Amino acid sequence: MLEAIGVSSMSDLLVDIPQSLRLGSLQLPDGLSEFETMAEVSALANRNRVFPDRLTFRGGGVYRRFIPAAVAAVTSKPEFYTAYTPYQAEASQGTLQAIFEFQTLIAELTALDVANASLYDGATAVAEAAMMAFVQTGRNEVIVSGYVHPEYVQVLRVFGEGRGIKVRKGGQPNKKTAAVIFQQPDFLGLLVDARALTAEAHDAGALAIACVDPISLAVLAPPGEYGADIAVGEGQQLGLPPSFGGPHVGFIACQRELVRKLPGRLVGTAHDAAGRRGFVLALAAREQHIRREKATSNICTNHSLCALAAAVYLTYMGPYGLRHVAEVSFKRAHALAHRLAALPGWEMAFPERQFLNEFPIRVPRAPAVLRKLGRRGILGGLDVNRWFRELKGVVTFTCTEVNDARALDELLAALES
Amino acid sequence: MTEPLSFELSRPAVDPPRLPDAEVDGPAPSDVLPHDALRAKPPGLPRLSEPEIMRHYSRMASLNYSISENFYPLGSCTMKYNPVVNEAAAALPGFADLHPYQDEETVQGALELMWRLERALCAIVGVDRVTLQPAAGAHGEWTALRMIRAYQHSKGEARSEVLVPDSAHGTNPASAALSGFQVLEVRSGGDGRISLADLESKLSPRTSALMLTNPNTLGLFEREILDIAELVHSTGAMLYYDGANLNAFMGICRPGDMGFDAVHMNLHKTFTTPHGGGGPGAGPVGVKAELVPFLPSPMVERTNGHLTLDHKRPQSIGRVRSFYGNFGMLVRAYTYILSMGGDGLSQASQDAVLSANYLRKQLEDDLEMPHDGPCMHEFVASAHGLTVHNGIRALDIAKALLDRNFYAPTVYFPLVVPEAIMVEPTETESKATLDSFATAVKDIVAEAATNPQGLHEQPKHTPVGRLDEVAAARRINAYLQGLSEDPVLRWKALPETVPEPAC
Repeated sequence: MLEAIGVSSMSDLLVDIPQSLRLGSLQLPDGLSEFETMAEVSALANRNRVFPDRLTFRGGGVYRRFIPAAVAAVTSKPEFYTAYTPYQAEASQGTLQAIFEFQTLIAELTALDVANASLYDGATAVAEAAMMAFVQTGRNEVIVSGYVHPEYVQVLRVFGEGRGIKVRKGGQPNKKTAAVIFQQPDFLGLLVDARALTAEAHDAGALAIACVDPISLAVLAPPGEYGADIAVGEGQQLGLPPSFGGPHVGFIACQRELVRKLPGRLVGTAHDAAGRRGFVLALAAREQHIRREKATSNICTNHSLCALAAAVYLTYMGPYGLRHVAEVSFKRAHALAHRLAALPGWEMAFPERQFLNEFPIRVPRAPAVLRKLGRRGILGGLDVNRWFRELKGVVTFTCTEVNDARALDELLAALES
Repeated sequence: MTEPLSFELSRPAVDPPRLPDAEVDGPAPSDVLPHDALRAKPPGLPRLSEPEIMRHYSRMASLNYSISENFYPLGSCTMKYNPVVNEAAAALPGFADLHPYQDEETVQGALELMWRLERALCAIVGVDRVTLQPAAGAHGEWTALRMIRAYQHSKGEARSEVLVPDSAHGTNPASAALSGFQVLEVRSGGDGRISLADLESKLSPRTSALMLTNPNTLGLFEREILDIAELVHSTGAMLYYDGANLNAFMGICRPGDMGFDAVHMNLHKTFTTPHGGGGPGAGPVGVKAELVPFLPSPMVERTNGHLTLDHKRPQSIGRVRSFYGNFGMLVRAYTYILSMGGDGLSQASQDAVLSANYLRKQLEDDLEMPHDGPCMHEFVASAHGLTVHNGIRALDIAKALLDRNFYAPTVYFPLVVPEAIMVEPTETESKATLDSFATAVKDIVAEAATNPQGLHEQPKHTPVGRLDEVAAARRINAYLQGLSEDPVLRWKALPETVPEPAC
């Protein structure tokens, strides 16, 4: 090949690199065979403690759920996972159609008009929604109402700083407020009055941004039904493993009037000369590669493969399977709450509030209790005091369809021992 | 060949899948929740059986082009083969089943992997520390600019401008603007490299940073990089490296040594994590010592072999993503680096440069090469001559390649070359593949002279032909203006209307 190029050595191709910059070699060990590579990586994996899904009662934004085998069977198809971003529509119809189906599924779940092709995660989805509200209203303050996931709020603050957007915790919206952001159910698992929060936002001329749990929408009123302008959320529960926090998938959906402000990719239908329907990236003129510094978001990717997983999951479940999953989780969480609250010294942290499948409970000597459960192979609830000073001793427990009745018994037995 | 949507295949007679029963006594949502908190009617999800679902998605998969099947000569995107061992590693239950809020003592292996990956990336790009939190390249760029801004603020400087070359990726100016900066463009000179004179004229005490990729988007190494760095640093500004082109020089040179203060990397390009049809990726950012205090929190720290997540970092810009980034992608990238080693990575970059120069040579009689070689890992050709003489544009060549079973190169980028065709073959393609690609391009160029109309009509052998995006945009506009009820951006149970083909 060197001969065909007309040079005598590799160095002739690297003449533009100043000699003073040339490296002798990389300070890294030499390569390994596949066998040795897997042995080394497996050794690291084995240094982690994996709690069985049925004995995991910790949520806080990432949940163990039953993942149908169909999900991995589809996402592990190399035609999907090794495909590039679908810029050449004619060669990317599989990916584009999957995204179009994902957009429709999210729009159906949230009862909003349009959803995008997905975002990185729930946290950046909240931040992107706040940016939309800032651009739409020309106001530079957003209110975070109640217990929104603390990490989502941290990300929102960093995004906001770049654009000069102030993030206020709680308080009444006023004419400086671009949006009221609330989470339903909130970070602790409690239901908020989404209708009232939405109405309050609208009365002040602000947008209402609902951060929602997608599975909850099988039973709870969806954001479109109570008039929220934008719905966002984390889609990990839709067929993705916890994977130490990622990759997961953020989603965002909005009312028709806001579609031009949506960040990221959007797929729409188009037709070829023969009248065949196909799918293309649409409204690209909003995006950074066209508008450069005038773009409202710098995002140029989505989490396509995770969105595909979510699409397969939702299609597998269908409307009634999803509702069944939500109801089983609800029943088990309520049964568990009832039993835990009966333990000596334990009490529901907010007994007057409703919840779905995660709830906060006051636990005497919480850190010691959680350590004890860990020793018994149970991943107990999440001590939320590390984020909220006022919630001393408060632990959130979650239950889903993977925590069977015996798992609940085992948890109680471990606590009572 | 097209596939109906799942919504169109849906049958109301399909039962939901068999799922566990509650097995416990507990209330149903409708027993305890207020009526107006409940969903009035079930969401309109499709109802399909598992065999129908598997066939549906298998047929869709067959409509995709992918690196597992063929070659992507996609400039700037580094579409190399994705080793399957990476997938096996990420799927290990010891990684996939870890909850992000497990106690540190139970995730030492995961933290060790992050630590080792960070050390390896530091060695490859020549920086002091790396954050693994950003989820994508653009996210990394923006994170780097936030750090630069915080650092300059800490010194009492309010620098408001970011310089970006005219050949830069669109994400550069967008990330700068979203970080609150004014964007100034620096012109390329006739040799395709940044014009030092123009750079000097744009630099001022207001300059916060210059965003640069080297080799630049034309595939050319910025020979004067050391002078550029000195010039930028002399005004107190910082130098940011866009890692899109890192595949050109692993083991050959390092951005840190060139004078870059912050460097982002695309694990989905250089380090073979799959593109997934558009994500998830990962965009770690490496920085020199003075920026380390500003890295996002938490950072993995290692003391006497014990690993912790350090959240107490008072000068940190904060958090840019939930948890610790796209951990599953970090596992894949680390697996790749382990298997390649320092020797393999150096060889990979050399082979990438060799492939690009070889392919450039094969095509230099067929397409214009606006800049002199040698190139690094990619090159930019121009179809301008074909446009003038035969009315064949870069897009026509791109689409005609699809009919010849190749993916299209990047076209119309960088913006500084008319009818740009940007080709990056990568090191994982054989000479035979490069030769057959060159033959396909030559075939198209020949057809441009004899049958230009035929080219305008390609591709003909893809699942659909060229899609009318203009008509699609019109339909979307009609929907957004309330003139139509077909949202175009989602399926809705409406009578399908096929628009008239555009004149």
